[in-house]
Amino acid sequence: MATIFIDNIPYQVQDGQNLLSACLSLGFNIPYFCWHPAMHAVGACRMCAVKQFRDENDTRGSIVMSCMTPATDGTRISIEDDDVREFRAGVIEFLMINHPHDCPVCDEGGECHLQDMTVMSGHVYRRYRFKKRTYLNQNLGPFINHEMNRCIQCYRCVRFYRDYCGGRDFNVFGAHERIYFGRCADGTLENEFSGNLVEVCPTGVFTDKTLRKHYTRKWDLQTAPSVCPHCGLGCNTIVGERYGSVRRILNRYNHEVNGYFLCDRGRFGYEFVNGSNRVLQPIIRDSSNNSKNSNQPVQETEVLEHLAKIWRSSKGIIGLGSPRATLEANFSLRSLVGPENFYLGMSEPESKMISRIIQVLRSGPVHSPSLREVELCDAVLILGEDVTNSAPRLALSLRQSVRQKSMEIADRLKIPRWADAAVRQAVQSKKGPLFILSPFATKLDDIATETLRIDPNDIARFGFQVAHEINHEAPEVADLQPNLKELAIRIAAALKQASMPLVVSGTGSGTLSVINAAANVAWALSDKGEKAGLFYTVPECNSLGLGLMGGGSLRECFEKVNSDSVDTLVILENDLYRRAPAEMVESILRKCKHTIVIDHLFSKTIQKAEVVFPCGTFAETTGSFVNSEGRVQRLYRAMPETGEILESHNWILEIIKTVKPDATDHLLNIDSICESITREFSIFKPLLELAPSSQFRAIGQKIPRQSHRFSGRTSMSANISVHEPKPPDDSESPLSFSMEGYPGIPPSSLIQRFWAPGWNSGQSVNKFQSEINGPLLGGDPGKRLIEPSTGNKWNYFSDIPEANGHRDKEWLALPKFHIFGSEELSRFGASISERAPKPYVGISSQDADLLDKKEGEKVSLVIDNVLLNLPAHIINSLPRGVIALPVGISNLDGIELPAWARIVENSNG
Amino acid sequence: MLSDEIKSEIQCGLNSCPTDRCAILEALQTVQRSHGWISDEQLREVAEFLNLTVEEVDGVATFYNRIYRRPVGRHIILVCDSVSCWIMGFENILDYIRKRLGIDFGETTHDGRFTLLPIQCLGACEQAPAIMIDGQLYGYLDRDKIEAILRSYE
Amino acid sequence: MERPLTKHITIGGGPLNLSEYEKVGGYEACRKSLRTLTPDNILQLVKDSNLRGRGGAGFPTGLKWCSMPSLQNSPRPRYLIADADEMEPGAFKDRILMEGNPHQLIEGLIISAYSVDTEIGYIFIRSEYTLAAKRIKKAIEEAYEKGYLGFNILGSGFNFELRLHVSSGRYICGEGTALANSIEGNRAVPRHKVPRQTESGLWGMPTLLNNVETLCNIPHIINNGAVWFKNLSKCKDGGTKIFGVSGKVKKPGAWELPMGTTIREILEEHAGGMLDGLKFRGTLPGGASTDFLVEQHLDVPMDYDSVQKAGSRFGTGTMIVLDDHTCPVGMVHNLESFFARESCGWCTPCREGLPWTAKILKAIEEGKGEPGDIEILEFHIRALGPGRTFCALAPGAMEPLRSALKFFREDFDTHIRDKRCPWR
Ligand SMILES: Cc1cc2nc3c(=O)[nH]c(=O)nc-3n(C[C@H](O)[C@H](O)[C@H](O)COP(=O)(O)O)c2cc1C
Ligand code: SF4
Ligand code: FES
Repeated sequence: MATIFIDNIPYQVQDGQNLLSACLSLGFNIPYFCWHPAMHAVGACRMCAVKQFRDENDTRGSIVMSCMTPATDGTRISIEDDDVREFRAGVIEFLMINHPHDCPVCDEGGECHLQDMTVMSGHVYRRYRFKKRTYLNQNLGPFINHEMNRCIQCYRCVRFYRDYCGGRDFNVFGAHERIYFGRCADGTLENEFSGNLVEVCPTGVFTDKTLRKHYTRKWDLQTAPSVCPHCGLGCNTIVGERYGSVRRILNRYNHEVNGYFLCDRGRFGYEFVNGSNRVLQPIIRDSSNNSKNSNQPVQETEVLEHLAKIWRSSKGIIGLGSPRATLEANFSLRSLVGPENFYLGMSEPESKMISRIIQVLRSGPVHSPSLREVELCDAVLILGEDVTNSAPRLALSLRQSVRQKSMEIADRLKIPRWADAAVRQAVQSKKGPLFILSPFATKLDDIATETLRIDPNDIARFGFQVAHEINHEAPEVADLQPNLKELAIRIAAALKQASMPLVVSGTGSGTLSVINAAANVAWALSDKGEKAGLFYTVPECNSLGLGLMGGGSLRECFEKVNSDSVDTLVILENDLYRRAPAEMVESILRKCKHTIVIDHLFSKTIQKAEVVFPCGTFAETTGSFVNSEGRVQRLYRAMPETGEILESHNWILEIIKTVKPDATDHLLNIDSICESITREFSIFKPLLELAPSSQFRAIGQKIPRQSHRFSGRTSMSANISVHEPKPPDDSESPLSFSMEGYPGIPPSSLIQRFWAPGWNSGQSVNKFQSEINGPLLGGDPGKRLIEPSTGNKWNYFSDIPEANGHRDKEWLALPKFHIFGSEELSRFGASISERAPKPYVGISSQDADLLDKKEGEKVSLVIDNVLLNLPAHIINSLPRGVIALPVGISNLDGIELPAWARIVENSNG
Repeated sequence: MLSDEIKSEIQCGLNSCPTDRCAILEALQTVQRSHGWISDEQLREVAEFLNLTVEEVDGVATFYNRIYRRPVGRHIILVCDSVSCWIMGFENILDYIRKRLGIDFGETTHDGRFTLLPIQCLGACEQAPAIMIDGQLYGYLDRDKIEAILRSYE
Repeated sequence: MERPLTKHITIGGGPLNLSEYEKVGGYEACRKSLRTLTPDNILQLVKDSNLRGRGGAGFPTGLKWCSMPSLQNSPRPRYLIADADEMEPGAFKDRILMEGNPHQLIEGLIISAYSVDTEIGYIFIRSEYTLAAKRIKKAIEEAYEKGYLGFNILGSGFNFELRLHVSSGRYICGEGTALANSIEGNRAVPRHKVPRQTESGLWGMPTLLNNVETLCNIPHIINNGAVWFKNLSKCKDGGTKIFGVSGKVKKPGAWELPMGTTIREILEEHAGGMLDGLKFRGTLPGGASTDFLVEQHLDVPMDYDSVQKAGSRFGTGTMIVLDDHTCPVGMVHNLESFFARESCGWCTPCREGLPWTAKILKAIEEGKGEPGDIEILEFHIRALGPGRTFCALAPGAMEPLRSALKFFREDFDTHIRDKRCPWR
């Protein structure tokens, strides 16, 4: 700790950080632009000036940039000194010279850092009387709107896009007062994290193009804390709603998870919520008449009565859960049908992989790091995962981890790590070890030390060997090629040398033995006394939660149905056609007399259902997800109940009330569901401390979802009634759907928006943190459920798979994920679907030559008796004999990969 | 298309560079020497050759005033507009050239012969006013001299 | 009076080629250094000589060399750069040195490289110095051929590779850290000065940067010793200096004179005084980014401390003279337009403030000045001062403006009051 004097008053601060973060941590307001808590200081904007004094006798002092000056013991500064205040006002005056002053029509207005800093710095009168400069804007694709005239040249965007994310299709151009940030020409920003520009840019140059289509000011949004439903990482988000539709997603700072940044799927994937293929009313379909017109929207009571009838007549009922539904919904379903009749709605391989991951994390000695901890790892091995496409935000963290090792160079030169430009200049392009084993090129290859392109079985085999090279107690792969063995030795050495090695793997390769191999590597390291981390990606937002609850796989469910003991299927938020081959799903659905589906989008499964309950999306749901780290997190609905849409768990509670009126396990609401969950599963104990119960009140008040400036509440529904309606109830959370309520900073799990007096933009997060870049006040939300076992006995996996080898006339088909398109829900949004690939089959260039196929020419192949006719897409990085199929892209749903494919000759060429 | 000659010259420069980046300016200069300016097409090819993106190359190219991203004439007249030449009346010289060629700073004559550009102090202050045409310095200028000089480029 | 730097240079004449240079004692210092002196010997000589950097900041050269990290655990390669970017309006001394005697610079570089143990050197030359570049290029070739450059120089085991880097424009490239960015193929934006370039410069490696004139002095210090060098001067800074004069004087030009020669002597004796009918009103003594000195300062000796005490900076030692028929507002407008155009665009006050000052000055000059304009200019002088911008460009730009307002305030006021420039 160091004592620093701010306007002559002593304060204790963390030694060595810069004065700006020290002062902000202490609660002082110093304006800034180019500094960013995650991207640190470069000293460009000159906004954060303070006056520094040599000692107590120095009265003149000199102006320094607080972001570029270390806070060391005895540092004396003044924030309030007249001289420096004049300078700060001057800097704003400079920045406003050319600013268009178009706040009324600017999307940033009302949450603009430039507005805030202008007020904070005290610049009031315009003295500049000459012409403003102007620029042309670019079309940057479906996500980001560009308005260069508003630019204040803080260089944050280019530093974020290039330095932090590794994006290369964006830059700064020009010199002197004509500086331009953008691309060479119009075109979609390629980087998967481009959406953060919206929050990184302190003014309205880069704004959310999806928001623009249904624009609402920040203060008019009804907002709630949420968790991203689009992958297994569980990034924290803020959902903003108005007039019954989701308007945008913002990052919700969580020190341990997503920090300041989201991926573009998470930010722009919400559009499906407002889409036209939402189920809006309960449906009963006449089972005797399968024609389309028999979709009968009905009332809630009617559908529940119908369900009671089914229940009475049914000879056996099965519940199929969902890895994208909340714990609470899954558990309710499990209670409805009974544990023995509850099945995970995951495919056979997927449920095997998930339960293996859980087994490894629970019984083994290795820690599953949070995304923040990933950033601290200094050597990484990725086994079989295309992280950017399967767990995007993790890729951004890995981009920071490769910088760890090279930071030592900066440390040696005594460059503070927050002096970003100096660090990058000293370090240049030197990077710490990152090894990527995957069947095809990945977006992280540019920072990889070495990459190896092999199929999943070979990846597993190689991983086993790396583990063996680290610790000879781990089994050896006897017949590995010598060059691979050498590489394994190199990787083993690099991991052993690291102070925090990390192994990344997951379900992306669809191969259980890859998961085993990753465990072996991490265990071998930990056996050698290293502090290793093991990160498994999982496919969906609650895969791990569902896995922890346990239940049979889809195949087991199908077997049960086939055994004729069951005739009714209750399917929770699940499209079976994505989980199993269409033929199989169809036969099962035919076999069942009654299919009941609770879901929010019209899926193929819903088309076949007899009864459909319209449930809420993540934006209309309160509940909990468990992310891939094993962290359970609470999300709250941002939208009040509309029409006949209920949260899944509430539908199920209604059903329970109807069909089991005298059930003893009283599930009444989310609180009682959570209690029941913890009673039944000790691992879910932390669920009760996850967030305040629905009864929680802050000084007797609820936490308002509407801002204190919310406008139009008397006129919003004037077309229906001129009387202001009573705000909708929310009995399930301490949040209210109104602007009345507790005005202060709520408990961290209930932070519904970042705002503080004088800080209308997201930069106000600094007022919610216990220190800059640190945890939120009161600790970050979310609770880890799984910690490594210390005492347990565990054994290395020894079932080393055989090499796949080559087959004559057959190709090994592997899954290829796409950040835009592979995920089930986001792909229905307009802007995401614009970025999604069309169906294709990826083949290596050698195979393309062999088959005499050019890019785009149709290839016919048979997998699992299914004939596919797809345009060829030549992927140079694929090894021979391997083909890649895009996951989740329209007609490729439900194919289990990896699988062997036969390529059939095209008769028509 | 970049000619093989240009490519091998760029490659040559690249060989003494520790990174691809540091060959950018030399590569652009090389292209410019034979084409006069850098077109979008050439920019793309240079970027490809150096394993860089167009944004990376253009971000650098647009910073420097002696990399031309727009077409220029066969002869480039750089008129020193800095302080010593200003004191010595460069504006007279400039006016003369403007009228004589009918172009202003940043413009090229219709016949594509001359492009007129301002330049930072040419380091010839003792010979002010001074201009430079195609790398050749001319000092102690007056209207008569400049007329003779211009004529010699026609 | 000795003129070690320019003794063999005839203005307008050809360059000394290698054998001519050798004939007049060239490369003797190099031979002596590599064969009989240790790097530390040389360092001591340079320190003792009181040589200060001739690039503008006047940092003691020996002290700068000392800040190169010690050889044990130093990352490699280490770099040496000659700053030959010379774009400071009013300066043309490095051009004379390079055009007239390129080998002198190369010899200086070799000795310096040997002393601070760098294996790669760059001469960073601005693109308009075509003649100098041509001559240096040829000289480098000759030196390689003769074994003064390259592998195992003169059998000493010392290796030094020297490259000529022709810039693509922009004044800011002359700023040492921006120059490093430029060589690396980046936008020439200056870098933060912590750590120093000598610790983390080109590609993050230890890098020493000196001005051309600074380096040209090195061989003479080796040949003749530190005491001799100090005695060349009339003050405590060592050596001679190439002083230049431009503006409306009888004989604009450059002369190598002892450090500490007075402004009056330079102006009147060497530059021949003002053109007939004109009166001296002031001078920027060290180039465009220094404060005006006026009549009362004519007897100030041109050395770092004296010029500073008089309220200006020694800078590059090349003066620009303002006469009584030239408008000071117009002159400052010209200067600020230059600096505005040459701002790199990195930091706010410089990027936005300089164009604003230039616009106001233009307005005043064109008779469109308004009351309050002077206050705005004064605000700029504060806001673009040292420490408030990222590098020294903007503070340098404010120096002539600040002093013009001090000495020629009347002229500004008249412009605004009469709504016209009295000289137009
Ligand atoms: C904007 C700016 C431009 C400069 N231009 C030059 C230049 O053209 N040549 C030069 O030698 N030094 C120039 N300098 C000074 C250098 O940064 C550096 O101080 C000097 O070259 C160091 O060499 P020295 O110690 O030998 O003087 C410039 C400085 C600034 C701030
Ligand atoms: S003062 Fe700032 S903008 Fe101006 S040249 Fe220096 S760093 Fe660039
Ligand atoms: S925030 Fe410190 S200079 Fe920009």
